[in-house]
Amino acid sequence: MRDVAIIGAGMIPFGRRDEDTLMEMLAYASLKALDDCGLGDKTVDAVYVANMGGGMLQHQSAIASSLVDRLSLMPAAAETIENGPASGASAIKAGLLAVASGYYDYVLVVGGEKMREVTGWRATDVVATMTHPQAEYPYGITLPGMAGMFTRLYMEKYGVTREHLLAVSLKNQEMGTLNPYAHVEMALDREGIFDSPDAVVNNPVSADPLHLYDLCPVSDGAAAVVICPLEMTKAGKGGQKTPVLIAGFGQATDTQTLQERDDPTDLKAVTLAAQKAFEMAKLKPSDIDVAELHDAFTILEIAESEHVGFFKKGEGGKAAVAGKTRLGGQIPINLSGGLKARGHPVGATGVAQVVDIVWQLRHELPKTRQVQKARHGLTVNFGGFGNNVLAFVLKRVEV
Amino acid sequence: MPLDMELEAVLRPIQYPMVPYPPKVITLANGKKMVVRQAARQDVPAILKSVHPCLFIERDYYDIVSARLYGELLAWYRYRVKSEYCLMGQIDGYLVGIVNGRMEDEKVGMSYHTLAIDRGLRIGSHLFAAKMEYHMEYLKQDSVLIVAESPIGFRRWMIEYPLEATQIPHELGGGDSYRLTRKIYFKAKPRLVVGTRPVPQEWMDEAMAEVKFADDDTIRERIAGLKGR
Repeated sequence: MRDVAIIGAGMIPFGRRDEDTLMEMLAYASLKALDDCGLGDKTVDAVYVANMGGGMLQHQSAIASSLVDRLSLMPAAAETIENGPASGASAIKAGLLAVASGYYDYVLVVGGEKMREVTGWRATDVVATMTHPQAEYPYGITLPGMAGMFTRLYMEKYGVTREHLLAVSLKNQEMGTLNPYAHVEMALDREGIFDSPDAVVNNPVSADPLHLYDLCPVSDGAAAVVICPLEMTKAGKGGQKTPVLIAGFGQATDTQTLQERDDPTDLKAVTLAAQKAFEMAKLKPSDIDVAELHDAFTILEIAESEHVGFFKKGEGGKAAVAGKTRLGGQIPINLSGGLKARGHPVGATGVAQVVDIVWQLRHELPKTRQVQKARHGLTVNFGGFGNNVLAFVLKRVEV
Repeated sequence: MPLDMELEAVLRPIQYPMVPYPPKVITLANGKKMVVRQAARQDVPAILKSVHPCLFIERDYYDIVSARLYGELLAWYRYRVKSEYCLMGQIDGYLVGIVNGRMEDEKVGMSYHTLAIDRGLRIGSHLFAAKMEYHMEYLKQDSVLIVAESPIGFRRWMIEYPLEATQIPHELGGGDSYRLTRKIYFKAKPRLVVGTRPVPQEWMDEAMAEVKFADDDTIRERIAGLKGR
């Protein structure tokens, strides 16, 4: 198996992009990644496109086939990868394996979603189609609903409080104001969403005990990476930027329904995916300089920070309050703003997480978001409610 | 041209006596303080300057809401509508939202429009709630008739309160009216109607000194920018 490096990364600003079609967003992000590596589009052997809802939201299928035509990348191979909100990381994994195997040299991976052309209710329903078709969906479960129940259990078992959730929300929205790609660029104020009696309207209960600002927005957006064998970067055929090695990856699944798990607060798939990624990279959690975790709900950043091994169970919330997950802290998490502020166009998210870590490891970000001398990064892309999780450990390659 | 006051007396509708809406201040999600106060008739020209750029924004039905609001405020300014009022939200003196309505009669209120100029801070929700508060707690009316012209309005008013559906026509046309009753209002009040009185004098002085408004491009960006909201 060959080592595989990321040599190009690109993203378009997330948000509500009324003026763009899904295909246009995918094309823009792809061109940014191709421009970033500077190799030209004729080098692309294969294209993997991550998208969850195109069939339901845009009534569009065979999206990858359409994209290669739009970008004039023929005769590159093309496939669409659908794996719920973990589609992005799944597509990168597919590209990674294809390059590692030696079958392809240059692969473009792009993830995108256009969710804002339907109402929030419809988008929530589309996302809820990943729940169990007999045991959950018919009874009206939504992902926020699941997250609410999970939070309640986590509070009871580990003493997580609203103060802990608030720390995540304030941090990630603050980081969003520093990220030009973020959907939400509005800093929150503790008084306005928590202490003031007016907070009852500003930050209403969405899925008890989660409030509005504990949830990520519904977003449009796309992100892309170009990967190739590490050996080609050493031979001067790896583009113009500092390569970033995909040092490790892991994927694990769990039961689809939460109630079938021995302990619904135990996100086993997160633990296993991260462990596999660390093992392959020959690194441990304490080696990681910066992480992008899947904070579709504030509780998930806390729970994942524990399950990947940054903190002991029950310590993640306290760490967030203590500032250990901020820039300059023990392990900076979601300096992009995370899903909470950068946004969550589901098919794009797993790719966007990797793009943000690539920028961190290349030391390209402004000081307000850049972890100094960052060498190792972690991403966790969380599908379903933790029933299909992918983790990547990325490593800066010193040229 | 000088007004023919004899003719004006015919053209001008009778006004019901309306107690003033006492101003209040609301802390928003970003920590900013929004003063909600009743607009005076002489405030209308300044308000219209903020409404005008919204006439050309198709997104989220801003065009139709703004066009109608513009006409309603002008009708109030020119004494061509019965018992209309306008409430507005100001942050640091800047106009960030407008709501209006009128008394159909002493018992029934007619809700007109809600226009949030700054978005993402639930300004529309706060101002709509202030409007309902005015009808119920100060004008002491029994009910308010409401229609929504945008899906966002429908979600915010009809579903969040929730309002009761009726088959009563609304004077704005469109779908049948929904109705806020006193029972619905006081049940919803703890979770939807907020604010503190009295407004500290310093903020009140700033709000009353001048209705400031952002330039057209800023208003358009706040409402129709590429970002979410």
